Amino acid sequence: MDFTYDSETVALRDAVRGLLGKAYPSSEDRRGTTNTEPGFDESVWGRLAELGALGLPFSEDDGGAGAGPVEVSIVAEEVGRVLAPEPFVESVVLAGGLVAAAGTAEQRADVLGRLAEGANVLLPALLDSGQPVSASGEGESVTLTGAKEPVLHGARADQLVVSAVTDRGVELFLVDGDAAGLTRTGYRTFDGGRAARIELDGTPATRLGDQGDRSATIDEVLAAARIAYCHEALGAMEVALSQTVEYLKTRKQFGVPLNTFQALTFRAADLYVSMELARSTVMWATLVLADAPERAAEAASRAKAIVSRTSRHIGQEAIQLHGGIGMTAEYSVGHYMSRLTALDHWLGDGAEHRAVLAASVRDHGVLEPLA
Amino acid sequence: MKLRLSDEDARFRDEMREYFTTQFPEHIRAKVLARQELSKDDIVESQQALNAEGLAVPNWPVEWGGRDWSQLQRHLWHEEMQLAGVPIPLAFNASMIGPVIAAFGSQEMKERFLPKTANLDIWWSQGFSEPDAGSDLASLRTTAVRDGDEYVVNGQKTWTTLGQYGDWIFTLVRTDPNVKKQAGISMLLIDMTTPGLTVRPIELIDGGHEVNEVFFEDVRVPAENLVGEENKGWNYAKFLLGNERVGVAPVGTTKRWLADAKEAAGDRLSSDPVLASRVAELENELMALELTALRVVAHSAEGKPHPASSVLKLRGTELQQAVTELYVDLAGPWALASGAGDGSSAPDWARVSTTQYLNYRKASIYGGSNEVQRQIISGTILGL
Repeated sequence: MDFTYDSETVALRDAVRGLLGKAYPSSEDRRGTTNTEPGFDESVWGRLAELGALGLPFSEDDGGAGAGPVEVSIVAEEVGRVLAPEPFVESVVLAGGLVAAAGTAEQRADVLGRLAEGANVLLPALLDSGQPVSASGEGESVTLTGAKEPVLHGARADQLVVSAVTDRGVELFLVDGDAAGLTRTGYRTFDGGRAARIELDGTPATRLGDQGDRSATIDEVLAAARIAYCHEALGAMEVALSQTVEYLKTRKQFGVPLNTFQALTFRAADLYVSMELARSTVMWATLVLADAPERAAEAASRAKAIVSRTSRHIGQEAIQLHGGIGMTAEYSVGHYMSRLTALDHWLGDGAEHRAVLAASVRDHGVLEPLA
Repeated sequence: MKLRLSDEDARFRDEMREYFTTQFPEHIRAKVLARQELSKDDIVESQQALNAEGLAVPNWPVEWGGRDWSQLQRHLWHEEMQLAGVPIPLAFNASMIGPVIAAFGSQEMKERFLPKTANLDIWWSQGFSEPDAGSDLASLRTTAVRDGDEYVVNGQKTWTTLGQYGDWIFTLVRTDPNVKKQAGISMLLIDMTTPGLTVRPIELIDGGHEVNEVFFEDVRVPAENLVGEENKGWNYAKFLLGNERVGVAPVGTTKRWLADAKEAAGDRLSSDPVLASRVAELENELMALELTALRVVAHSAEGKPHPASSVLKLRGTELQQAVTELYVDLAGPWALASGAGDGSSAPDWARVSTTQYLNYRKASIYGGSNEVQRQIISGTILGL
């Protein structure tokens, strides 16, 4: 049992922090990027690829670095710290994770290899909207019909991983971004991100891997993505908290700094407590993913439930303790709350994951996190 | 980063669990597991059983009965005791005055007190708080005036937990009224049978007699009972309270209470989703606390409490209280049946639910109130 990072992991963190810190030194720089299409910086994406971040979890045969959940979590946390708009978790952990788990060796080498090089913005399209996506045809080449929404950064995708209902259950397919019969309607999301409605109408697609239900694979990859998103939220919460603490030290009212007022410093203390508990839980979830993957879904729900509550606590209080300035788009802290709200509602919010935990609360007596 | 305990630590945990659940006196565990009050004899028997196994004071220096364990092993020992329903060694002896004497007492004082303190042959009481010195402990007013080879002590202490059983009391007394308040305090060990010392019970809202007032009227104390140096008592007190905080997040006990509460709730957890959600959330928050305790343990420098131990105290007592509140809610109308006798249908767990709920309001007050913890977090950790 060990909650400390080894020197290689620390070196990775420093490298990613250096890269992203240079790309987004302030929230105004980030705003410059999110205000123009495609909503993230293609050159930053390329530099993340050069650093090896986009191929981190994939096997070396597939063009990746063969790293584990801990390394992925480090990158996600740095993305969260500067609210980097590049779709790291969406692309690498979720879409890439699905290809890695379901694809044939050939598909993995091709799709993941290009993703790792930064040459393939690969995004997942899992949520049905209106007409569920269904597949027709047999074998490797099929056509898909239906709609998916919201698909994060869907309008920019070079390639999509689309789930579709078939006779065998749910299967996964690769769809090119410029495929025939594919209509993509992109829009901005409140947090500076991008989403799209994607309509498929007899759109040609390639099945990922062999025929067969992929529900279990999807659940496994979703658990990994949830945990990675929790790390992204941790990074964002940590910065929101430290900015708030700094503000309390420097902002003066009534002729004194705000930290003179215990009504404010006690609330900052409560934020710190929330933050530490969330960090412990999320780090644990990553260790479960690495060392006891059979418990990963449970760990993801536990982390999501805690992070949901914590991100609301920190986001709301960060703005309140800043006062009016926290409401402005020009100042950074409000963007942190905005992003935390988006993360909270992506892949199941706190209430949804609490319900999952409630359903299994009788399955054990004393809860043993290390077992 | 790794999830599992090392083989060595896992073996250590299994050994602890094995001893606590199969060798330790069963009748004492049964009482703890039923959340019943322990008698003085139970507490003494428990500590002597642990001491015979070398498990009463592992946090002490090895030459005085301590064990050369890692912080993680101490944590595992502490957790396994709580999970098994083994009473934690009496805090006043094992985690308060014992380590202070071992660190600051003279060789003679160590030889005189430490073996008996470890074995609970001496029952120590704590004489810190006063009616006008609670969270602001340094403003205490009990005085000790040097008179030849003795100190003459006058004043009053309060909230002295289990002082009715006390043989000796370790006190903070003012020995110099003319300096900054922290700089004029000394620590004196006082035999509670000394003339002029009286103990008066304070009845609490749960109807129990757990704490006391202790009065000192011209109590004459041999000067050799001074711990360390005169006017250095505040340093010793800070050392002691730092130790107190490390063990004060009762994760194991609260886990056990919550697991037992699920038993008590039974099928209601399946039929009442609001209740199930409440329990699931408590369980999850408690796990977050446990994992934080493990992180703190891993990073604690020897003998120096990690500043995040304030997080453990604050959140640990909040969750402990939340579980006692859950029991009262589960009990419903049976919550009123605290005095039910033989022949009553009130479940045993429900009979003790309300007194325990009321009693544990203390947890966020003692050991440095949770407001003091917030002060430590905002000041020491956040720099506010």
